This record gives sequence, C-alpha cells and structure tokens, in this order.
Amino acid sequence: MTDTSAMAGRQRVTRSKRSAAWGAVVGVVVVAALFSLPYLVYANVTGVLVNLFILVSLATMWNLLAGYAGLISVGQQAYIGVGAYAVFVLAGDGISPFLAIPLAALISALVGLPASFLLLRLRREYFAIATWVVAEAFQLIVVRFDSLGGGAGAPLPGMVGLDPALRQAFTYWAALAVAVATLLGTYLLLRSRLGLDLTAMRDNEVGARSVGVRVGQAKRIVFLVAAAGAGAAGAVLVISQLFVQPTAVFTVQWSAYMIFVALIGGLGSIEGPIVGTVIFFFLQQTLADRGAWYLIVLGAVAVLMAMWVPRGLWGLISDRFGIRLFPVGYWLHGTNPPARGPLPSTENPAT
Amino acid sequence: MTWVNAIVQGILLGGLYALFACGLSLMFGVMRVINLAHGDFAVLAAYLALAIITGLHVPVLWSALVVAPLFGVVGYLVQRFIIQRSLDVSPLTTLLVTFGLSIVIQNGLLEGLSANSQSLPSGSLASASFQVNNQLSIGYESVIVFAVAVVVLVCLQVFLSRARLGREVRAAADDQEAATIVGVNVRHVYGVTAAIAFATVALAGVAFGMYSSFNPAAGPQRLIFAFEAVVIGGVGSLWGTLAGGIILGLAQVLGSQVDASFGVLAGHLVFLMVLALRPSGLIPARLS
Repeated sequence: MTDTSAMAGRQRVTRSKRSAAWGAVVGVVVVAALFSLPYLVYANVTGVLVNLFILVSLATMWNLLAGYAGLISVGQQAYIGVGAYAVFVLAGDGISPFLAIPLAALISALVGLPASFLLLRLRREYFAIATWVVAEAFQLIVVRFDSLGGGAGAPLPGMVGLDPALRQAFTYWAALAVAVATLLGTYLLLRSRLGLDLTAMRDNEVGARSVGVRVGQAKRIVFLVAAAGAGAAGAVLVISQLFVQPTAVFTVQWSAYMIFVALIGGLGSIEGPIVGTVIFFFLQQTLADRGAWYLIVLGAVAVLMAMWVPRGLWGLISDRFGIRLFPVGYWLHGTNPPARGPLPSTENPAT
Repeated sequence: MTWVNAIVQGILLGGLYALFACGLSLMFGVMRVINLAHGDFAVLAAYLALAIITGLHVPVLWSALVVAPLFGVVGYLVQRFIIQRSLDVSPLTTLLVTFGLSIVIQNGLLEGLSANSQSLPSGSLASASFQVNNQLSIGYESVIVFAVAVVVLVCLQVFLSRARLGREVRAAADDQEAATIVGVNVRHVYGVTAAIAFATVALAGVAFGMYSSFNPAAGPQRLIFAFEAVVIGGVGSLWGTLAGGIILGLAQVLGSQVDASFGVLAGHLVFLMVLALRPSGLIPARLS
C-alpha cells in the first residue's frame, strides 16, 4: 500500500487496498513454492505445470491485446512459431536453448514490427483474420526451408548431453520464469503511464484519443510486447517437446486456447487469464480420456460467458468481494467515502 | 498451353470461392459481422449432404436442394439467438463468439464422426469434361459450380435492388436506427440476411465437397479463402466478390504451376498485398 497523494480532509488515494498487499505476499510465497517443486515432486507433475505456465503466458499476452488494446488477434500462433524456430536455429549455432529464450522473444518482437505496420491500420474484423493469414503464411514459408526441417519438423539440438531429470527441472524453471515475467511485465506495464493510456482506451477509445492518448503508439507497443511474450512461450514449448514441427506450433488451436482461457477467466484483468487457465487444466485433465470433448465444453462455456458474463469469472469474483490481486487502478479512501469505491475511470468494467 | 489451362481452371475455381464468399460479404456488409464459423458451417453442410446422399441414395444435386433451405433456417436461428446477443454486448464479442462456435463445430464433427477425409460422390459428373482441344479440357463440374455462383450472385443482386425485403436489408445496412424509425423490423431483417448467407454457404460447402475432400478441420481454411476473396474484391460489392474470388483462384492455380506447394501461399501473398496497398478492395462498395 503506497500513498500516491494526500487529499483534503481525511480522504486519501492509494494504488491498492489491503487485499493487494496480501496478494503480493501470497504471490511471493506461491512463486517460491512453485520454484522448489522440482525438488519435491515427480517430473510428470512439473511436466503438466510446464504446459500450464505456457498457457498462462499466452493468455496473459492475448488479454493484453484484446482486453486492453481492443485488438482481437486470431494469429498469435505466428509468434509462437517464430519463437520456437528462433530457439531451434540458435541452438543449431551452439547457443544453449535455455539462454536462447530471451533472444527468441526479442526476435519475435522484431518479426512482429513490420507485421504491425500492415496489421494495425486495419479495422477489427480485418485485423482478426489478417493476423490469422499472416500466421498461415509464416507456416507455409517455414515449411519451404529444408534446413528448418520442412513440413516434418526436426529435433531440437543442444539438449542431448543433459541429464533428463536436470533437463526437466530446467524446462520447468524456464516455463515458470516466462510466466512470471509475462504477468509481472503486464502488471508493471499497466501501472505505468502507458497502462493509464491503455485503461482509458479499454473503456473508451474515442474518448482516450480526445484527451491526448497516443492510441496508435500504445497499440504498437502492446502488439510487440504480445509478440515477444508469445515468442517466449513458443521457445519454452519447443524446449519442453524437444522437437519443432510447423503444424504443432502454427496451429490456430493455440488461439482457441488463449481466447477460451481469457474469456472464461475474464477479459481486461490480469487475474482473469490465471483463473481461466486453472479451469482449462481442470477440464482438460477431467476429460482427458474423452478426446476432444474438453475443447467442445470449453468452447461452449466460453461462448456463453462472452454473451452473458463478458467480464468472466474474475469479474464476478472481484465485483462480489472487491478483491484486486494486481492493483493497477487508484482507490479513494476517506471518513465519509463517496458512493463508489474505485475512481470511475480506472477499474470500471469495460463496456 | 498449360498456362492457358491454368488460367481457365483458376477462373473456374474463383467461381467456387465467390460462392463461398458472398454470404460472408453479405453479413459483413449488412450487420458488420464476420462469422468466423463460416467455413465450419460449410463443412457441416457437406457432411449433411453426404449423409443424405448415402442414406437416401439420391444424386448430389438433390442433397443441395435439401441442405440449402435447412441451413437458411439454421442461419436465421443462429443470428437471432447467438449473433444478435453478441452484437448487443459489443462488436468484438461477435468475433469471439463465432470463433468459439467454429471450434465447437470442428471438434463436434471430430468426435461425432471421424478425422477421415470424405468427399461427395458426384457420379458421372466427376470425370465428364469438354474437350476444347487435345491439351485443354474443362470439367463439367467446375463449369456448373461457376454457373451456380453467377446465378446466386445475380439472384442476390436482384433481390437486394428490387424486392421489398431486399430494400429493407439495404436500409438496415445503411442506418439501423433510421430503418427502425420507418418501420423496418431490423432484427428480423438481420435474421433473413443471415438465412440467405447460410443457404449460400451450404451450397458452397456441397460444391467444395464435390471438388475436393473435406474433414472436420477443413473449415478454417475455407473461411480464410472466402475472406480473402471478399477483401480482394472489396467489401459490400457482390460483383467485387466474384472478381476477388477469380483473382484468388488465379493466384492459387498459377502459384501452384510455379511450385506445387506454392499455390495457397501465393493466394495469401496477393491478399496481404491488397491489404497493404488498397485495403478498400479493388472494386468500391455499393451496398452499405
């Protein structure tokens, strides 16, 4: 809890409520516990968690795009693929795949830069399908290079000398690090000046533009950050699978996962994708022996949530209990508090 | 001569893409909705046609006469109960909801049937062709599909410009509130628009099923081709859609002449080039 300004009388503005201080404590404890997990449990548990962390990272980045910048992308798999192939190429040059993860994120953002000039000019429906076409084009281009394994794919070099137990632990820590980095990065981004711009855009883009928010610039930054995040997740994906294959990394299924997770958990909040991912994995594990049924159930739930509960489960929880684990708005406290808790422009529902 | 052949095949393939795209163009022009499940509904129609053909032992053309009206009804209901509700939440929601529908349909087909590829038996039509000369032959099937596409586009054009309901559709597309004020039931008109779009996508699904094999995962690519045809031609212009379909078809067939695996990519590249240079499409809109 940090006071950002003192107001007249006994009213004051803070960035967070007490729940957030507890949230920070709980967050540190949870991350510490997750960090020590490879010492405590078998690799099959950490293997499942690697996939969970990948999905949290992807959904967080997608939520930043859609929930804040209003950019519905169906083509983030383009950058998953770029990240995966970047690790593949760098590992071929003798760089450790684990050290290549941040480089893969950077390369994804660099590849996303020219794409952003084409895509960000487009209206929302055009943007959605054009991102998808870009992802398809990336896949069709990658397949044409035999040095990248062509259509069949290729094993990831640089992993053979490693002891399997150590490799699984490193993969797990890498996945955890990427998930924490995307969550923390999103949180810090939203608390910055840019976050204020983004929140204003989320609530009313025309209004934000009229008070001087540089909407175009903010969207480009978000697009590149999302590309980098997806690239890092793709890098972890290929490290965990030890094999890079174009159809596995460039499939639109990834977009389905991100969108369902973000819709169920709640768009426009950092907590939403985490809640959504946990529900995703619960359903996937429960329906594991029923083929594709988990996707049918998830899709149906996500569609119903989008139509009737647009702010998702986390929206319901935070409205009911007033909890914000990642406070990015401002709170007004005082002896005779006004009717509304949070200041109107920062934490109100997206409309 | 192979190039002449490729150009003829590309133009005829363009007719199929135009048939695919006109429903998408109509819904986008009138309601500003892109139905991301468009391709999956086409695949669903193809499976339904297959069931009718094998169950009732009727030729493929009869199955189309059953499937198209049935999908009209489906389209009306989907619009009134799902898309309209999403539109009321926000325009972005329609994208998310139709994408969710797409995944549900794909995986529903996968679970209910199988991942195996199927194709519609078109009997003697499949191999029959005009022999123009000893190097150029044109299949009846692709000519029929092209003709159906042109007939559908003409009917749509006449309906929109002449019929009372068509006038209401244009009014709702131009200005929803003004249309409501002068007594148009906009929600019903939207439903009718979706019904027409779904009937055409069912026809396209059956036609595509005759052309090439399909499986539960085939929908997204059909959606992308349809959208590319719409954008290349220009949104809201039905003849633009035909031109866009033909350009896409030509790009794909000529691309695969260069290299067998380059066809689809060539189509994507032409689409991205049009987006970069002329986002309004090649033919300016008249509807909307």
